[in-house]
Amino acid sequence: MIPPSSTRSSKPEGAPAPVTSAAKRPPATAGAPRWYSRYLAAKEPIPRALSLPLGLASFGLVIGIWALLAYTRVAPALGFPNLHNPFFLPSPGTVAKTLYNMFAHEGFAHDVWASTRRIGLGFLISAAIGIPLGIAIGSFRVVQAFFEPIIAAVRYMPASAFIPLLIIWFGIYEKEKIAVIFIGVFFPLTLLIADVSANIPKELLNIAYTLGASRWQVFWRVLLPASWPGVLDNMRIGIGWAWTYLIVAELVAASTGIGHVILSASRFLQTDKIIAGIITIGILGLLTDALFRWAYWLLFPYSDRVSR
Amino acid sequence: MSAITATDVSMVFKTRGGRVHAIDRVTLEIPDAHFACIVGASGCGKSTLLNVMGGLVRPTSGSVQLDGRQIHGPGTDRGMVFQSYTLFPWLRVRENVEFGPKLKGMPKDERRRISRPLLEEMGLAEFARAYPKELSGGMKQRVAIARALANDPKVLLMDEPFGALDALTRAAAQRFLTEIWEQHRRTIAFVTHDIDEAIFLGDTVFVMTPRPGRLREVIPVDIPRPRTLEALGTQRFGELKRQILELIVEHENRALPQATNGA
Ligand SMILES: Nc1ncnc2c1ncn2[C@@H]1O[C@H](COP(=O)(O)OP(=O)(O)O)[C@@H](O)[C@H]1O
Ligand SMILES: [Mg+2]
Repeated sequence: MIPPSSTRSSKPEGAPAPVTSAAKRPPATAGAPRWYSRYLAAKEPIPRALSLPLGLASFGLVIGIWALLAYTRVAPALGFPNLHNPFFLPSPGTVAKTLYNMFAHEGFAHDVWASTRRIGLGFLISAAIGIPLGIAIGSFRVVQAFFEPIIAAVRYMPASAFIPLLIIWFGIYEKEKIAVIFIGVFFPLTLLIADVSANIPKELLNIAYTLGASRWQVFWRVLLPASWPGVLDNMRIGIGWAWTYLIVAELVAASTGIGHVILSASRFLQTDKIIAGIITIGILGLLTDALFRWAYWLLFPYSDRVSR
Repeated sequence: MSAITATDVSMVFKTRGGRVHAIDRVTLEIPDAHFACIVGASGCGKSTLLNVMGGLVRPTSGSVQLDGRQIHGPGTDRGMVFQSYTLFPWLRVRENVEFGPKLKGMPKDERRRISRPLLEEMGLAEFARAYPKELSGGMKQRVAIARALANDPKVLLMDEPFGALDALTRAAAQRFLTEIWEQHRRTIAFVTHDIDEAIFLGDTVFVMTPRPGRLREVIPVDIPRPRTLEALGTQRFGELKRQILELIVEHENRALPQATNGA
């Protein structure tokens, strides 16, 4: 925290610091900097008018490659004939039609809802226990010494390996699915949250002590508010894991849910349905992510973090 | 009448590399309404000493007295200002300043009676509702000072509060602090590694040397107040600066004799 300047002597009346304004850009090899050099400098901000099209372009690229494989004869020419077979890789148009049919005629919305509900419950339970526990672990050494080793150990046990046990314990219905998500999310989430509180600068707590706060007040009025932004950030990461474990859970003994639809489709080689299911998960993931970002923006107007 | 004294304070840290004598038997006294600067190279134990005086760390041995009474732990009678992470980012400027009074359970209008004049004095009245991220470095430190003063402390302990500011902002902040001090007349212990800053601000400069951190010399600054920028150019200022620099350099040379033989 102490600048390593040894000979620095600031004179209050001193001359202004040497002007170094135009020197920020990376040096161009010859002559004037090229127009794109600005965008290739690490961490330099780019205009919003550019970042949005760039983001859309990445989707365009994936769909473009897909279309190329499906509608042209590129794949066989490259030696991958299976990628140019409508049974194995249906075209974007077919998948779009299938997706529409699934919602319109096959009650796919019901499956989406079932999955979303499981995610919601599994994640809520994980967060409801993991956030307070994580904060306690990060804040109090006693709690840390007790809980951290066991949580760190269980975290390495793959949640999918618990499925047989969970079926025996909770049956094959909702409880088991939620339990899989819980096991997959709770342990790593708790450790991430613990890290958030543990990394709150000590100076911030010390300042509160010198202003007359009791330990209790330091916890409630400094440590907690200082932790919330990081907590929300890690919830956003954690809900991504929830999706992974949900599909794992639904691949075993389920009669509803996106994972179930994908598994059934694979039995009949309905690749269009499989892809439609995967795309649905991607869209739902994007929506949850957007929801969390929006909540962050709404709840933490004081945050100086640039939006990620 | 608020004097703060440190008596025979030592602090030993046990680290992986062994025991570090951060400060070794430091005794000093800062009289009432006195502006004391503690100067020394990085790592000579200035922050440790200040934190001991603030009650944030318990010394290995020795004690700190405020008005003759020994202190145990931090308290509102000693306000502190640090170099970084000083403001609560989720609180607006006014709420930051009112943090101490609010902890005491003071009602809103009473808190306003404290924060309003302070914010005005700091030139921050129109930023009362701003969040810290909207402020410049110099403004943030002014809020931190206002927040410390809001508790009406007997002593202000400041650890390189202007260390992160650029030279021009820092100069303004120094003059500003002098004005604040002349109005409020608190006892101040001000830690810095900047000799000019120490002389410009202090009634006394305590010079510390590292490994182990010791109080090397106590130098009264006999430059009359109010000190203006002209004071920096005076002969007396130059003499004091050289005297302090020599104390520090002399110690460095003794610690690293091979450095003088080389080159
Ligand atoms: N918590 C700590 N644990 C171990 N060593 C420390 C700790 N705090 C300070 N030190 C050591 O004590 C010495 C003095 O540190 P510090 O008081 O921060 O010096 P200064 O503020 O003058 O730069 C340094 O050598 C530093 O490494
Ligand atoms: Mg320091």
